[in-house]
Amino acid sequence: MPEAVISVSGLRKSYGEVEALRGIDLEVRRGEVFAFLGPNGAGKTTAISILEGYLPRDAGAVEVLGEDPARAGRAWRGRIGLVLQECRMESLLTVRETLTMFAGYYRRPRSVAETIELVGLGDKADERAGRLSGGQQRRLDVAVALIGDAELLFLDEPTTGFDPSARRTAWAVVEGLRDLGKTVMLTTHYMDEAQALADRVAVIAAGEIIAAGTPDDLGGRSRAASLISFDLAPADAAAVRTAVAGEWSQANGRVTLRSGDPTRSLHELTGWALANDVRLGALEVTRPSLEDVYLELIEAGRRR
Amino acid sequence: MSGLALVLHQFRYEQKVFWRSPATVFFTVMFPVIFLLIFSSLFGDERIDELGIETATYYVPGIITLAVVSATLVNVAMRMVEMRESGRLKRMRGTPLPTWAYVGGRVGNAFVVSLLMVVIVTALGNVLYGVPVPTATIPALLVTLVVGTFAFCSLGLALSIAIPSEDAAAPITNFTVLPLYFLSGVFVPETEIPDGVLTFASVFPIRPFFELLLTVYDPLAAGAGFDWGRLAFVAAWGMAGALITMRWFRWAPRHG
Repeated sequence: MPEAVISVSGLRKSYGEVEALRGIDLEVRRGEVFAFLGPNGAGKTTAISILEGYLPRDAGAVEVLGEDPARAGRAWRGRIGLVLQECRMESLLTVRETLTMFAGYYRRPRSVAETIELVGLGDKADERAGRLSGGQQRRLDVAVALIGDAELLFLDEPTTGFDPSARRTAWAVVEGLRDLGKTVMLTTHYMDEAQALADRVAVIAAGEIIAAGTPDDLGGRSRAASLISFDLAPADAAAVRTAVAGEWSQANGRVTLRSGDPTRSLHELTGWALANDVRLGALEVTRPSLEDVYLELIEAGRRR
Repeated sequence: MSGLALVLHQFRYEQKVFWRSPATVFFTVMFPVIFLLIFSSLFGDERIDELGIETATYYVPGIITLAVVSATLVNVAMRMVEMRESGRLKRMRGTPLPTWAYVGGRVGNAFVVSLLMVVIVTALGNVLYGVPVPTATIPALLVTLVVGTFAFCSLGLALSIAIPSEDAAAPITNFTVLPLYFLSGVFVPETEIPDGVLTFASVFPIRPFFELLLTVYDPLAAGAGFDWGRLAFVAAWGMAGALITMRWFRWAPRHG
C-alpha cells in the first residue's frame, strides 16, 4: 500500500461559537484522487484550508507530505499545488506570461507550453487573461496549480460555475493528473463529479465525516437495500404493514417498504394482496441512486 | 531562482502590468505632467519673493512629490487591495515565492517609475521653463528618492489593510493624499499657506518629503542638500508603516 500523503486525526476548528469541524479523521495515500463531498457550509473549505496551511486549527493532528502545514515552509509549498475556490488571475498578463511568472517560483517547473496544452488553452496562449471566458480563466487557474509540478494538488470546487462541456474538460484534466501519478484532493458538491473522478470519497456534513469509502461502496448498506413502493388506500396500508414485517414509510397515499431481501418481501407482499383481493397500484421496485444515498446521508447528518 | 533573480523576475511582471494599465499610466505618469504644464504655464514666470525663486522652480519638486506618492503609496495601496480581493495574493502565498521577493518586485517597480518621473519632470521643467537641473545635489536627490520610495510603499501597504474592498480603494487612497498635497504646499505655494497649517502638515510625511525635494531643487540653497533630520522623519513614517503591515497584513480576501 502506498504511503499516506495526508493524515488527519481529531481535527477541530471553530469560528467563534460555530463549530466548523468537529473532529475529522482521514488518510489520503499517494496517487489517490480523494473527494470531499458535502453541501455548502459543511466544512469542506475549512478543512482544505487547514491542509493547505492557510488556516490554523484548534485541535487535532495534521500531517501533509510529512509536515505540519501550519509550520511548513517554502520547500513544502513547492510540493503542493492549489486551485482556490475564488481567484482571478492578473487580467493584463497573457496565459503564457502568467504561467512563466509562476514557473519562476519553482525549482523544477513543468514546461509552460505543455501545461497550456494540458488544460486545453493552446489556442489562447497569447490572449490576456482578462479576455478569457469564465471557464477558460478557471482552466488557467488549474494550469497555475500544475506549473510547479507538485506531488499533491488541492482543488477546491474546481468546476463550480462550469457549463457541462467545461466540466467534462476539467474532469479530463484531473484524469490526466491521476495518470501522472499525482495525489489529488478535491472538494465538490456534485455527486456525479465525485463518482467520476474519485478513488475514495468522504461525505462531510455539519463539520463531521458521515460516510467514507469508494464511490461504489458509499453508504453501502442503504444502497444495497431496495425500495418497493405502491399506491394503497390508508385502511389497507395499515393492514399490510402489520401483515408484512419490514421498514415501512408512507406519504401521499404511496407506501414504501425498504427491504434488504426484495425477493422474499415481494413474495409476501403479493401473497398478502392476492389473499385479500387488494390491488397494489403502480407497483415499483427500485434501488436508491448514489445521489439518493448522498442526500439521505446529508439529511441524517443534519438531524444529528 | 535565487534571491535577487527572483526579485528581478517579479519586477519584470510588475513592469508589464504597470505599463499595460491605462488608468495607472494616466494617473501616475500623465497626470503629474499635465499638472506641471498647467501650474507652470499659469504662474511660471512669477517669483515667490519670500523664497527668492521662480514659481516654476517651486513646482518641479512639488510635481515630483505628487508623482512619487502616486507611484508608491497610491499604486501600492490600490494594487494590493486588488490582489487581495481577487484571491491572487492568497494564491501567491501558496507558492514557494518568498514574501520579500514579492514585495521587492513591487517596491522596485515603484522606485523605477519614481526615478523616471524625476527625469521627465526635471527635463520638462528645464526645457520649457528654464528650471535649473540640480546637478550639485544629485546624491541628495537619490537618497531622498530611496527613503521616500521605502516610506511611501510601506505606508501604501499599511493603508491597503484598512481598505475593505476594491470599490473603496480609489476613494480612500485619494481622500488620504489629496488634502495633504494642498496642506503641504505641493499644489499651492507654501508662502500662501498659514504657518499653523504648515505645522500641522509637517506631522505627516508628504510635507517633509516635499521640503527635502525643494531643498534639492532650490538654486539658492547651499551645500549638498542633505537634511538628515527630515530624512529620518520620513524614514520613521516608513518604519511605522512597515510595522503595521507586518502586524496586521492579510493575504486572504476580506469577503468570504
